[in-house]
Amino acid sequence: MTISTEAAAVSAEAVPTAAAPQRRRRRRDRAGYLFLLPWFIGMLFTIVPFFASLYLAFTDYNLLNPPEWIGLANFRDMFSDPKLLQSIRVTFTYTFVSVPLSLVAALLVAMVLNRGIKALPVYRAVFYLPSLLGASVAVVLLWRYIFGFDGIVNAFLGWFGIAGPAWTSDPDYALTTLIILHIWTFGAPMVIFLAGLRQIPVQYYEAAAVDGASKWRRFVSITLPLLSPIIFFNLIQSLIASFQTFTQGFVMNNGGGGPANSTLFYNLYLYQQGFNQFNMGYASAMAWTLLVIIACFTAVTFFTAKYWVYYEN
Amino acid sequence: MSISTIPPRPKAKPESDEDSLIERLGSSRRSRFTRHIILCLIGLFMMYPLLWMLSSSLKPNDLIFSDLALWPSAWDFSNYAAGWTALEYDFSVYFVNSLVIVILSIIGNLFSCSLAAYGFARLDFTGRKLFFVLMLGTMMLPGHVLLIPQYILFSNLGWLNTYYPLLVPNFLATNAFFIFLMVQFMRSLPPELDDAARIDGCGPFRIFWSIILPLCKPAFATTAIFTFISVWNEFFGPLIYLTDPELYTVPLALRQFVDSEGQSQWGQMFAMSVLSLAPIIGFFIAGQKYLVKGIATTGLK
Repeated sequence: MTISTEAAAVSAEAVPTAAAPQRRRRRRDRAGYLFLLPWFIGMLFTIVPFFASLYLAFTDYNLLNPPEWIGLANFRDMFSDPKLLQSIRVTFTYTFVSVPLSLVAALLVAMVLNRGIKALPVYRAVFYLPSLLGASVAVVLLWRYIFGFDGIVNAFLGWFGIAGPAWTSDPDYALTTLIILHIWTFGAPMVIFLAGLRQIPVQYYEAAAVDGASKWRRFVSITLPLLSPIIFFNLIQSLIASFQTFTQGFVMNNGGGGPANSTLFYNLYLYQQGFNQFNMGYASAMAWTLLVIIACFTAVTFFTAKYWVYYEN
Repeated sequence: MSISTIPPRPKAKPESDEDSLIERLGSSRRSRFTRHIILCLIGLFMMYPLLWMLSSSLKPNDLIFSDLALWPSAWDFSNYAAGWTALEYDFSVYFVNSLVIVILSIIGNLFSCSLAAYGFARLDFTGRKLFFVLMLGTMMLPGHVLLIPQYILFSNLGWLNTYYPLLVPNFLATNAFFIFLMVQFMRSLPPELDDAARIDGCGPFRIFWSIILPLCKPAFATTAIFTFISVWNEFFGPLIYLTDPELYTVPLALRQFVDSEGQSQWGQMFAMSVLSLAPIIGFFIAGQKYLVKGIATTGLK
């Protein structure tokens, strides 16, 4: 559409005919669809694979032979696959330990930062930066060596007379190092909390203080309710992201998920099934199972929201 | 995603006044001092791993795990030169590869997402609401569900071992998060702008190009920085689509340092790790304002 055609549209308006509104709507639609054209094509790259993977989940497919329909066999196999059950255990442990801890850390630090600290931008930058680096290969490698048997963490513990474990090669501790890495990236939710805290009018606190409310009482009765929509948002975001953790598990143990499958994240196992063993059908079934798991947790969070998320109007 | 509905509150007093009010409310000079101590300690713990990596990259190999001080007792700059050429190809190859992908991804995201965002935010057409909801839905959709069919599709197109699978989606507005960010921004511009231009005879493309785009620079800056950081860090996509080491990006190359058994050139590995993080830290320092605003927007609106 160019200027001249639009000018024609204006003159067409001046002489109203029965067909004019319809023509105008069609022209309006055409402009809208033209702007959305790249997005429409992009949606094809989303919607078609979405249903294709649902179909593949019910097939046996190794890229070489055409997919063969096997019904629910993939899902049945999953229940008796010890590595799959292990990967669910790893992913759940990781998510349900690290998400609450990092959100609590984010909220605590945001509250300390919110109280009129002059150097706020400096602190915020220092706390936020790690969250941009947490999923990079360089930092996961770094983590491997910091927590290595002769790494600095054990040297530090040694000052207090504690003999640290061989973090990264001990199946009991390998996941812990990744949970610590996750908590290290609390800066992203912290910035969101900070923006939310700034929106709570200080007069509320003033009035509560005049009425004799303690600091704890002010936190429970003002901060938490007014911040609950943001806690809710951060919770959903962190849950969805954490269920899909991949790089950390991959780099920590050269793609193996070791030691003894203790860092075998769900998506890492999906990758192994799909791209090492080319069980594309099984991997698709895994992908859909995780989608359902994520959808369930999101739905539960949404459902419970009405009991703890407070909306002002 | 409109999850929170906090209404904008009247800012009756300037910020500094509020701050002093906050201070009077519950903090003496002493408690402020303790707060600074606590924050500094946390900050130190957060920064220590990164500083240790920097320091290790400048130490001779045998000192890295024995000398715990951050300030190297002996300096060794050769790690950088040796690490640069340690792998099959020089790191210049990997850095150029990463840079090409990042720059094209930024262009693609800015181009396609701004078009779609303008359509959603400022134009009215049949089915707009439905498409918008669909767009928001894809924002929540975990990417791993699409992974396998997309891989099969790209391999049928002959795109394996090329950059197309990493780049083409960015030119097709598949990143709903950026569309959403720009929609939010464009909606905040007064609609009178469009009306005035339309009366002056501008068509939607002219309005988009001459009026809306120049005003959206902050949203574009946020998009560019987020794209830079996420694409520069991206590991999974390059891992499955690139097999020829000549095409490797920096994260794939870094991983090769530990792939070889008995690897002990830690200094070189840390030196290249430092270089791989440097652009992100640089972009972060330069664009902090946009980043903070960007993620605050997603959380609050």
